Amino acid sequence: MTTSTVPQAVRPMMRRRRRQKAAVGWLYAAPMTLIVVGLFVLPLLLVLQMSASNWPLFGGNQGVNFPQNFVRAVSSPRFVPAIVFTVQYTVIATVLLLLLGLGLALLVQESSRWKGFLRTAILVPSALGLASASLLFYVLYSPLVGPFAGLTNSLGIDLLGTPVSALWSTVFLIVWRFSGFYMLLMLVGLQGVPEELYEAARTDGATSWQIFRGVTLPLLRPTLALTSVLAITGSLLAFDQFYILTKGGPDNSTLTVVQLIYNSAFQGQNDLGVAGALSVIVLIALVIINAIQLKAFRAPDEE
Amino acid sequence: MTAIASRAPREVSLARARHLKRLPYYVATAAIAVVFLYPMVWTLISSFSPQPGTNQTAGWGIGNYLTLQRYQDGIVQYFLNSLLETGICVVLTLVVSLFGGYAFARFSFPGKRILFGATLAILMVPYASLLIPLYVLLNRVSLGNSLIGVALVLTMLQLPFSIFMMRNAFESIPPELDEAAEIDGCNSFTLLFRVLLPAVKPGMITVGLFAFLAAWNDFLAPLILLNDSTKATLPLAVANLRGQVQGVVDYGATEAGVVVLALPCVALFLILQRHYVRGFLSGAFKG
Repeated sequence: MTTSTVPQAVRPMMRRRRRQKAAVGWLYAAPMTLIVVGLFVLPLLLVLQMSASNWPLFGGNQGVNFPQNFVRAVSSPRFVPAIVFTVQYTVIATVLLLLLGLGLALLVQESSRWKGFLRTAILVPSALGLASASLLFYVLYSPLVGPFAGLTNSLGIDLLGTPVSALWSTVFLIVWRFSGFYMLLMLVGLQGVPEELYEAARTDGATSWQIFRGVTLPLLRPTLALTSVLAITGSLLAFDQFYILTKGGPDNSTLTVVQLIYNSAFQGQNDLGVAGALSVIVLIALVIINAIQLKAFRAPDEE
Repeated sequence: MTAIASRAPREVSLARARHLKRLPYYVATAAIAVVFLYPMVWTLISSFSPQPGTNQTAGWGIGNYLTLQRYQDGIVQYFLNSLLETGICVVLTLVVSLFGGYAFARFSFPGKRILFGATLAILMVPYASLLIPLYVLLNRVSLGNSLIGVALVLTMLQLPFSIFMMRNAFESIPPELDEAAEIDGCNSFTLLFRVLLPAVKPGMITVGLFAFLAAWNDFLAPLILLNDSTKATLPLAVANLRGQVQGVVDYGATEAGVVVLALPCVALFLILQRHYVRGFLSGAFKG
């Protein structure tokens, strides 16, 4: 009886309290809302407008010219080569980072003093910025002062001089810089595999390869999904490493899509409209790729 | 006595044999450690070593660092620029994610899910696609070509990670603590600062560390948003310095620049390594 009368009397008060609490919540969320709206949502809308406008870097908005920017972006002679190169680089970098990340994680998984040292050694490069690491390897790869200059010169290799060597030199830099990061993510995933499962598999007489295939890999699926999304997204948006190491060269052979955007906006062309159109294309491509990936990794769980 | 005396050496030799058997393992893993450490150690050493074509041609010394100080506005100016940009970004990230995480973990308000979704969507949008409209927008509100503008953009980029971290940090505190504090007469503000803040401190350290590393090292945002070379941040200045002297690269000065850039990060990483690792373990990156 009392339980039914009390809420009736209290309800308006509770409603007011709830509304008050919601207002306080909004107040605490206000600073981040300001940043998200002002520095993320607005620019996102602006880039859409830009991609449909005639917008020179120093001239401002000169009015709508809807499909032209996209036509010009797509018909540029650099467009297809940049996409092909970026995809090629992404595949190589992603495969290597995931394999090495998982391999290194398995190697340093148990805790001992030596493995702790190894973990730290592998992780230290990830404290460096990508730009710093690229500058470091720029010197390291130099045919004049690099520590391997004698060796590469006598073999007739220029580490940044040919399209193929420039690609693989950059891949090595990326692997060096990011392996520790992916190792750490894999370690987090491995931690989530219950010890009992390993024990059960061992008592059933499974070999360590069978345990890896049958227990570790399937349970690592969410981690593999996350790491591959991160690696693919990061590599598709590659900029710093190529800007610093190769400047897109030799002969624009290592020009990535983001470099193409940067060049259309600020180098020579100074056309924000075309840069905006390229940005929108990349944005749409990335959303589609991420969606496909997340679906591909999720599907088998639901069967 | 004899039994003990005879057993001990055998155990020692067994242990030694086990270690010997694992020798290939130690050699291989040591080689891995060398691959990861060598480039940094080599750069540190050669930045002080004599090299032709640099300011340090004879004997060991700090000639390359003096080149950095003589380059345009001097490395000290660029260091201070980086410090200002990074400092603003870290402080803003900490304040905004402390309040934001608190709001998400402890309050329900209309638009909460949309706001959270929009914040996570920052991760999905290519950074470069945002910088070009940001260049135009910041110019409009006269924050173009300013370190504050760059710091604001970097703060926005840190939000998905830091809000997620702080929300989780607040959610892991039992709500009974809030209730007890409210009965003691705390309002939401005093509750946050007197009771909850100490509990989320480890999360704050992780968020601060990641914001520092990201802001200190960012290259693309200053490259696009700053036009003025006196405002350049360290990564930008060191990258620009390479091609300045008649197209001849001063490798020695570049090495010294990399050392100045990397040293604070590596030091901070080694000091706070536990927090760096915990940042991942605490579930910030769990699917």
